[in-house]
Amino acid sequence: MQITIGPVLFNWSNPEWADFYARIAEEAPVDRVVLGEVICSKRTPFRSDAIGDVVERLERAGKDVVLATLALPTLKREIAEIGETAGGDHMIEVNDIAAVYQLGGRAHVVGPFINVYNEHTLKVLEGLGARTVCLPPELPAQSIRAIAACRTTADIEVLAFGRAPLAVSARCYHARLHNLTKDSCRYVCDQDRDGLDVDTLDGQKFLAVNGIATMASGVTVLGRELTTLADAGVSRIRLSPHTCDMVAVSAAYRDLCDGRIDAAELMAVIQQQPLPGAIVNGYVHGRAGSVFA
Amino acid sequence: MTSRTIYGTQKTMELICPAGTPSALRAAVEAGSDAVYCGFRNETNARNFPGLNFDDEELREGVAYAHSRAAKVLVALNTFARAGNFGIWQRAAEQAVSAGADALIVADLGLIDWARKAFPEQRIHLSVQAAAATVPAIRFYVEHFGVRRVVLPRVLTVDEIAAIAADGACEIEVFAFGGLCVMAEGRCLLSSYATGESPNMNGVCSPAAHVAYAQEGTDLAARLNGFTIDRYPDGQPAAYPTLCKGRFSCGGKTMHVFEEPTSLNTIEILPALQRAGVSALKIEGRQRGKAYPDSDGARLPRGVGCFAFGAANAIAGAVSIYRR
Repeated sequence: MQITIGPVLFNWSNPEWADFYARIAEEAPVDRVVLGEVICSKRTPFRSDAIGDVVERLERAGKDVVLATLALPTLKREIAEIGETAGGDHMIEVNDIAAVYQLGGRAHVVGPFINVYNEHTLKVLEGLGARTVCLPPELPAQSIRAIAACRTTADIEVLAFGRAPLAVSARCYHARLHNLTKDSCRYVCDQDRDGLDVDTLDGQKFLAVNGIATMASGVTVLGRELTTLADAGVSRIRLSPHTCDMVAVSAAYRDLCDGRIDAAELMAVIQQQPLPGAIVNGYVHGRAGSVFA
Repeated sequence: MTSRTIYGTQKTMELICPAGTPSALRAAVEAGSDAVYCGFRNETNARNFPGLNFDDEELREGVAYAHSRAAKVLVALNTFARAGNFGIWQRAAEQAVSAGADALIVADLGLIDWARKAFPEQRIHLSVQAAAATVPAIRFYVEHFGVRRVVLPRVLTVDEIAAIAADGACEIEVFAFGGLCVMAEGRCLLSSYATGESPNMNGVCSPAAHVAYAQEGTDLAARLNGFTIDRYPDGQPAAYPTLCKGRFSCGGKTMHVFEEPTSLNTIEILPALQRAGVSALKIEGRQRGKAYPDSDGARLPRGVGCFAFGAANAIAGAVSIYRR
């Protein structure tokens, strides 16, 4: 089982972002690192100075680097930027079908924001150059199995750790909450490094907002499910970065995948982490995503 | 009926009304709709609600009736086919084509590809559930799969619609009235996170089977699978607990974090939509049957009538469909 560190979905400060990847490069036993801005293009300028060094450092450490692209490109500038990224040396991860069009058949990774719900869609995307497909978070194991059974050129990846992204919107909820518009947002999302909790009026933990994205409050943690998923043909798991110790999390997953620890021991390591929400795994069991089954 | 034209030569905006049931289809056609859209009574369409939709025979009758009145029938196959069960969606497409559907409204990339190959002549419209909101996304579906029309997301501005239409890749359809999804359609898993059932997989959002209202002191709590979506003080009218329209606590505030419980109404901007190059206007609400707001809702068919109906009796008929 290969391990992928997904892109940081939150608006971390530049030094924090660069430090995170420096540690991942040196210490995390992972195979692939996907980096780049997925949620909001207004965050990108702060990254562009640092990204070259970060990529170089990751590659020197032997990581396979993939560059992520926006989940909801709307502006011409945003679409042009995807084209520029796609024209570079690295494989890109597409998160909107517009990017697939721009790639014109070049090899790429399909991110979890693209709707791949069945084997026929997988076939179409493989024909267009997909080499890895990270499936949407709501798929049950049964569907994952049916899709993976038909794979030919694409590896199948599933989210194993992190708050699942549940929706994207033209509206920025961080800006809305602060009575600001998206265009004059003052980058208020940088205050919430794991997303901002959305609780029900009865105090139940429910969702989290992150710019234009709505995330689960619960943190997906797949442990004992990985055996079934590996048997189903899943060959990559994705760990989505949070402010907890991602080196410890990825090391525990490496140990689980290599048989050095069992799922209970993985859960014990993860439960020690300061997670932003309760542990959930309902989706893969065909239940509500908010439950632990 | 001045607006009835053959596809491809139409100049006025086509009015497309929802047909949740065979009787709603007849009513909409009688009222002068240029087209109706409907779906099968299963998970292949995104309004998979109890008591709604068509079986094979009802669709055949509906298409025959609509065609006898020069109206078109667009069949929504707009959920994402469940892995390992693609045959259910294939059969639905076969039945729709066999019944004489004027277009299939499809969102799933795999199903679009299959339908294009199985029925090369069949007109395919890209469902709003595919969330194609940019020129390259639309060109992707047009160039690879010959999609003839795209239904745009409900969150775009008139200027954005005009820019997309100006590209001229295919016809543009927009929602004119009804429910408002503030999330990118087809890219929202909130419902399955709370309930296990989602628009993409099950054709439902915030499904009624998971709704519970509880009187608690002076408050009425509206819940979805145990999650409180809103609380209403005594006497305040309670809305259906649609996830994204609820009130929540966030950042020290209590508010409609995502969207107010409002609907879309384009009555004021219909001329602008026409100038923007929109080919067709869609009224949301197959789940509403014949019941539709008499107040706000009735205003839209009147306005649309100025452009699409052009006949007073047709407008009156359309209005009658939308009575609550």
